[in-house]
Amino acid sequence: MTANELIAQALAKLDGASREVALDLSSVRRIDPSAIGALEKLAGAADEKAVKVALRGVHVDVYKVLKLVKLTPRFSFPA
Amino acid sequence: MPVENIAPPTKERIAYLEGLVAQARTAAAVFTQYTQEDVDRIVKPMVLAGLAQAQHLARLAVEETRLGVMEDKAIKNMVATEFVYNYVKDKRTVGPIREFPESGLVEVAEPIGVIFSLTPITNPTSTVLFKCIMAIKTRNAMVFSPHPNAWRCCAETMRIMYEAAVKHGAPEGVFTCVESPTLEDNAYLMKHKDVRLIDATGGRGASRAAYSSGKPALGVGSGNTPVYLEKTAELDMAVVDIITSKTFDNGTICASEQTVVIDDEIYDRALKKFADLGVHICNEAETELLGHTVIDPLKGQMQPMAVGQKAIDIARMIGLRVKPNTKLLIAPIKGVGREYPLSVEKLFPVLAVCRAHSVDEALKLCVDVNHLGGLGHTAVIFSRNDEIIGKFSEAMNAGRIIVNSPGAIGALGGVYNDLVPTFSFGCGTGGGNSTMDNVNVYHYLNIKRVARRTPAHMWFRIPDQIYFDMNAVEHLRDFASRSTLIVTNAALEQMGHLDIVRRNIPAQTLVRVLAIPDAEPEVKVVMQGVEALNSYAVDQIVALGGGSVIDAAKIMKLKYEFPEADLDELAAPFLDIRKRVVRFPTVKTNHARLIAIPTTSGTGSEVTPFAVLTDKVRGRKVTLADYSLSPDVAIVDPQFVMSMPKGLTADTGIDCLTHALEAGVSTHASVYTDANAMQAIRLVFKYLPIAYENPHDEEARSMVHNAACIAALAFSNASVGVNHALAHAFGARFGVAHGRANALMLPHVIAYNASVPTKFRPSPNQRAYVAPKKYAMIADLLGLGGHTVDEKVKNLIAAIEQLLDQLAVPRSIADLGISKEEFERAIPDLAKIAFDDPSWGSNPRMPLIGELVELFWSAYHGRSPAKAASAPVEPEVEVCV
Repeated sequence: MTANELIAQALAKLDGASREVALDLSSVRRIDPSAIGALEKLAGAADEKAVKVALRGVHVDVYKVLKLVKLTPRFSFPA
Repeated sequence: MPVENIAPPTKERIAYLEGLVAQARTAAAVFTQYTQEDVDRIVKPMVLAGLAQAQHLARLAVEETRLGVMEDKAIKNMVATEFVYNYVKDKRTVGPIREFPESGLVEVAEPIGVIFSLTPITNPTSTVLFKCIMAIKTRNAMVFSPHPNAWRCCAETMRIMYEAAVKHGAPEGVFTCVESPTLEDNAYLMKHKDVRLIDATGGRGASRAAYSSGKPALGVGSGNTPVYLEKTAELDMAVVDIITSKTFDNGTICASEQTVVIDDEIYDRALKKFADLGVHICNEAETELLGHTVIDPLKGQMQPMAVGQKAIDIARMIGLRVKPNTKLLIAPIKGVGREYPLSVEKLFPVLAVCRAHSVDEALKLCVDVNHLGGLGHTAVIFSRNDEIIGKFSEAMNAGRIIVNSPGAIGALGGVYNDLVPTFSFGCGTGGGNSTMDNVNVYHYLNIKRVARRTPAHMWFRIPDQIYFDMNAVEHLRDFASRSTLIVTNAALEQMGHLDIVRRNIPAQTLVRVLAIPDAEPEVKVVMQGVEALNSYAVDQIVALGGGSVIDAAKIMKLKYEFPEADLDELAAPFLDIRKRVVRFPTVKTNHARLIAIPTTSGTGSEVTPFAVLTDKVRGRKVTLADYSLSPDVAIVDPQFVMSMPKGLTADTGIDCLTHALEAGVSTHASVYTDANAMQAIRLVFKYLPIAYENPHDEEARSMVHNAACIAALAFSNASVGVNHALAHAFGARFGVAHGRANALMLPHVIAYNASVPTKFRPSPNQRAYVAPKKYAMIADLLGLGGHTVDEKVKNLIAAIEQLLDQLAVPRSIADLGISKEEFERAIPDLAKIAFDDPSWGSNPRMPLIGELVELFWSAYHGRSPAKAASAPVEPEVEVCV
């Protein structure tokens, strides 16, 4: 499953979510600009619905990308 | 203009610019995940795409800018792709890029992020090709802002590069190009928080604006290349090279030749050769006309209308009659400066020439050109005289000094020489730039340096030969010598020690004796000794005495073997003996063997690399330290210490114990020094009380004598500590013998070193604070009992206090009759002197001035630290002994 597909699944789950949606990215080793766009969209949708999004198992290289595009404050990263 | 003074763009324009930067930021972030292989897979097809379009892009550039020569621009495009690729293809630019295993260093590449790039009108497509390749090779994203009059060709170049890059895996948005860029756009982008670097290739204005933004910048700009055509030059080659370079792309490369300074001897011949090859040599009137038309008389700069135009077109512009095939106009000028308009930069095929009547005059004219707008850029010399090439290189402030080749193409690198291929010439601080290099991939990287801990290599250096035990002095017979000087003092002569030594020197040796005062050697005494060594042509020195005599002999030997040695300079302080600034001399004028025979059991000077000298004239002490000072032979014969008085036995014995204890906990301690330090401590505890009580006990005397030497072997390599620093200061101020001063401090210093330091000192060879554990180990060695480190340290201090009592050593400074008031007055100076003392350099705990004061007061009162010691730390490490 690609990062984009995972994110699409998460978007779909936002509606039924109570307070938090967790996304397991442990199998993602690299993300591309479209995945970043999808994550931005996910963060925006989650904000609107007051749902928190947790990104689990984020690889350090991917985490660094999220840091560089300033997306990390919009998600939580449980250990 | 500084970017601060430029108004912001409109809101709509800002939104547009923000979009470009956002794309680039995302691309740069994504790019950080790429490997070297990923990057290299993208670069090659980009280069091929650029090569395939080299001619097309050159044509576009000429059509749009109306500057230069299409064929030359095609070559430039090929250099910008093929030559640059050839340089970068095997370079590592991702992850670890260079390793230095021997120094534990690894360089790791980190991309910069978003680079904002200004590109010039003169070399538009080649510069964009070059920068695109560099950006991808280094995993950076680039926002281009081409010169407005070269925008279309640059945008097309970028498009070709971008499509090739993305097709082969580069992140989308990795290159973007500002449409119809304005000064306001550029200023906004230069200040943008997500732009990490500005790479401004172009005129001085672009460069200055970039630097004024406060962002890291590679702002490279204009030049004014002087050329020295020296009389030994290969003239035919030089003339062709200069024409080739100055006419290449109609002179638009900023490294091209501007003023040629020609030696008088070849001046006329050179001009004729130029003329023969299609160059028009202007007469005086034509030169004046040219100067007033192609150079702006108010600004003193070239007129834009002439930039990149053909010579015949420029001639036509000003009504000059030249042959139809004229490729270059040469204008003879009589000097350099504002009054000679043609001596400035001219990015068109007009070349100034100047006659020089000497090398000196030629160099000065070149310096004048260099300083007339060309600082840091490029300079050219044609010569076969290496000395003059050297002088020229020193005189020019230029990042590229091109020898016997064309300036413009030479500076680009990779064609005529091995300079790094570039389209961006750094001009150093002279040109207001941050670099003087040919800008290349390494300027597009943050290079991280991973530095692993590298413990300094340790050493254990001792004299070549040590003879010990009763009658070891007989070994003097083993040493052949023509002329020997025995350095000793009168008391030892009276005691008969000198006779014993003389009897053991081979009969054929001519022996002279120099008796010196029994005190720290003075400069005057040392120089008397050196005089004796010279007048007797001595090849062997026997030092018979205590530390003072042996120290004197060491310095005499030094000055005898190296008459030029400057003792003051050699006494310069140092932190690490291996990195000391002042090195001891090594090439000897004379040679003499130094045999040291100690007559006390404490200093260990017979094996140490130290010597102390008193300079009474200047009222100071000079401490010399170098392994070359170590005696060649030590004879540790106890017969010379059998008659030592009790007080001296105690004081020197405690000096020896202090040496061993301080070496044992030193930050320079090693398994080698530990072996010696521990054995010395054991011998002192066992035999010093016996030697003190029964001075004629041969075994005890012998073992204490050996202990002094063994302890010295340890501290010669591990050094001493804060105890010595305190004792030196106190002993000198109050005239207390060194050993006794050490004894007064010793229990307090152990308690101090065994407690948790207020401040740790840097010591790469120490992996933990081990002093308490080492003291505990000494306590174990002495069988003092205790279960914890704390108990063992206290037991060690108690054992030392007991030993001091046995030796009837005063236990406090107060016991010496020094009043509290007097001591209080002395304390500030004592603490300062102790802090300046190099002895504590390897003490495990870094002493603070206030702590030195406390230690002095503890020693004054003499309260038992065995009872007062604070809880020591217990490191979880194994210590080698």
